[in-house]
Amino acid sequence: MIIKQLSVFVENKKGKLASITETLANNDVDISSLALADTTDFGVLRIIVDKPDVAYRALTEAGVVVKITDVVAVAMDDVPGGVSGALNVVSENNINIEYVYACVGKTQGKALMVIKPEELERAEAVLYQAGYGKISPADIYRI
Amino acid sequence: MILNPQMECMPREEIKKLQSERLVWQVKRMYEKVECFRNRMDEKGLKPEDIHGVEDLSKLPFSYKSDLRDYYPYGLFAEPLSDIVRVHASSGTTGKRIVVGYTENDLKIWAECFARMLAAFDVTKEDIIQVSYGYGLFTGGLGAHGGGEYMGCTVIPMSSGNTQLQIQTMVDFGATVLCCTPSYALYLGEEVEKMGVKDQLKLKVGIFGAEPWTESMRKEIEAKLGLKACDIYGLSEILGPGVSGECEYQEGMHVWEDHFIPEIIDPDTGEVLPEGSTGELVFTTITKEGFPLIRYRTRDICSLNYEPCKCGRTHVRMRKPTGRSDDMLIIRGVNVFPSQVEEVLLKVSGDSITPNYQIVVDRVNNNDTFDVNVEMSEKLFADDVKSVERVEGMITEKLRSALGIGAKVHLVNPNTIKRSEGKAKRVIDNRKLV
Repeated sequence: MIIKQLSVFVENKKGKLASITETLANNDVDISSLALADTTDFGVLRIIVDKPDVAYRALTEAGVVVKITDVVAVAMDDVPGGVSGALNVVSENNINIEYVYACVGKTQGKALMVIKPEELERAEAVLYQAGYGKISPADIYRI
Repeated sequence: MILNPQMECMPREEIKKLQSERLVWQVKRMYEKVECFRNRMDEKGLKPEDIHGVEDLSKLPFSYKSDLRDYYPYGLFAEPLSDIVRVHASSGTTGKRIVVGYTENDLKIWAECFARMLAAFDVTKEDIIQVSYGYGLFTGGLGAHGGGEYMGCTVIPMSSGNTQLQIQTMVDFGATVLCCTPSYALYLGEEVEKMGVKDQLKLKVGIFGAEPWTESMRKEIEAKLGLKACDIYGLSEILGPGVSGECEYQEGMHVWEDHFIPEIIDPDTGEVLPEGSTGELVFTTITKEGFPLIRYRTRDICSLNYEPCKCGRTHVRMRKPTGRSDDMLIIRGVNVFPSQVEEVLLKVSGDSITPNYQIVVDRVNNNDTFDVNVEMSEKLFADDVKSVERVEGMITEKLRSALGIGAKVHLVNPNTIKRSEGKAKRVIDNRKLV
């Protein structure tokens, strides 16, 4: 399933990350996943939240640079080999992955993973055909 | 030693007379040959005949750095290119460079001006000069080179960079005089210490200029390189290095008044200030043929001292400039205007407004640091680290090609650059040089 991810520019300075999460908390936004890619000077924070539009507005108003990016969420059995099975499907179809991180799911016995593939729609399709990705939107967003 | 006692020790009354003759000559020819000057004179209702001598100097219109940009490249030259034997260029206030030209005679005068300073420190034809200023469009390298040749010294046209090789050359070739920027001299000194070759150096004099430096730097350079460090002043628009320089007493820099008339003005009103006041330094070139300027606003803040000097030279001494009346920065010897940085950022941002930015300059271990903080925007930002790094790299690259020196670029969060009265403070210069 294609879902909305928030990408946030974070300067490498004390308190920057905390102030972003605080803004989200103040706006009653629940974070289900968070990953930070960092360099010496700055980081790109990627978050999956229950209310992306609210989060986007709140962060922008707080003067944070944020972008909404589409990514693929994949659900798989929470067993050994679960992650590699899903990733194999993507690689067998010759799709490059830019980044990947784990996500908290709400369904018992299932694990969630977020993938940023080079070809978004095709990645979603091949995963779907292979039996991955049957996620209910409620698992991610609060609707 | 005084190289040209007839000129350098000329009684002040005679200097005035000589300056008057030369000024009248210069005004007349420039009125004929330089459109910009003629227009300025006409605007003021002035004719060359109204100028009888130095007493009329303050009637003349000013000229500005922006003139060099507006008449780029050759519009201010007073001689045809067939008589111009060399050009030099330096950075202007915006992306455009400024160009200056020299006739054969101009180059001779330049060489002599530089050589007067060498002579003051007893440099003779027996000496070996290592010129470690950059060669090329910058006037430093070839200016010092010409001065050295004028004295009949052996000149090593080393240019800047490659520190190990610089020191090896000094040792192997037995250099006795070093010409470079003071910060580079200090860096060389530190490397000499590390290499443990100080006792193999034969240096006795160093001619350092092109950037601000302090008395404590002077002492450090002298201790590290075992030489006498002398201060020289110049700017491409007027000549290059050698407009003024210290004599053996090192109590200010003698301005070679047979070629340049200095004035100190109030930068706001343009009024000439009483003798001894601190204000903006203005120069009139009275012998320059190729690229003459009348009352050129240097934007350097300093004062002039007309008291007789112990050395016997009668030419006025200027104090080391203590600042600028515009926002120009001198970073590692290179002139940098915030407007140049702004122009680069505007291009990169792909937006109609410049991202907020701030220039931070400091001096760490005697080397200038140059940081440019740029506020991140949605336009510049992308989801992946690579693209953001690419933006950073692109700004760095473009700044380097626009300014000629490297800056460290940092992307920062929006609204984090401090604003005062709604306007961001563009430059923070933490160097303490006075």
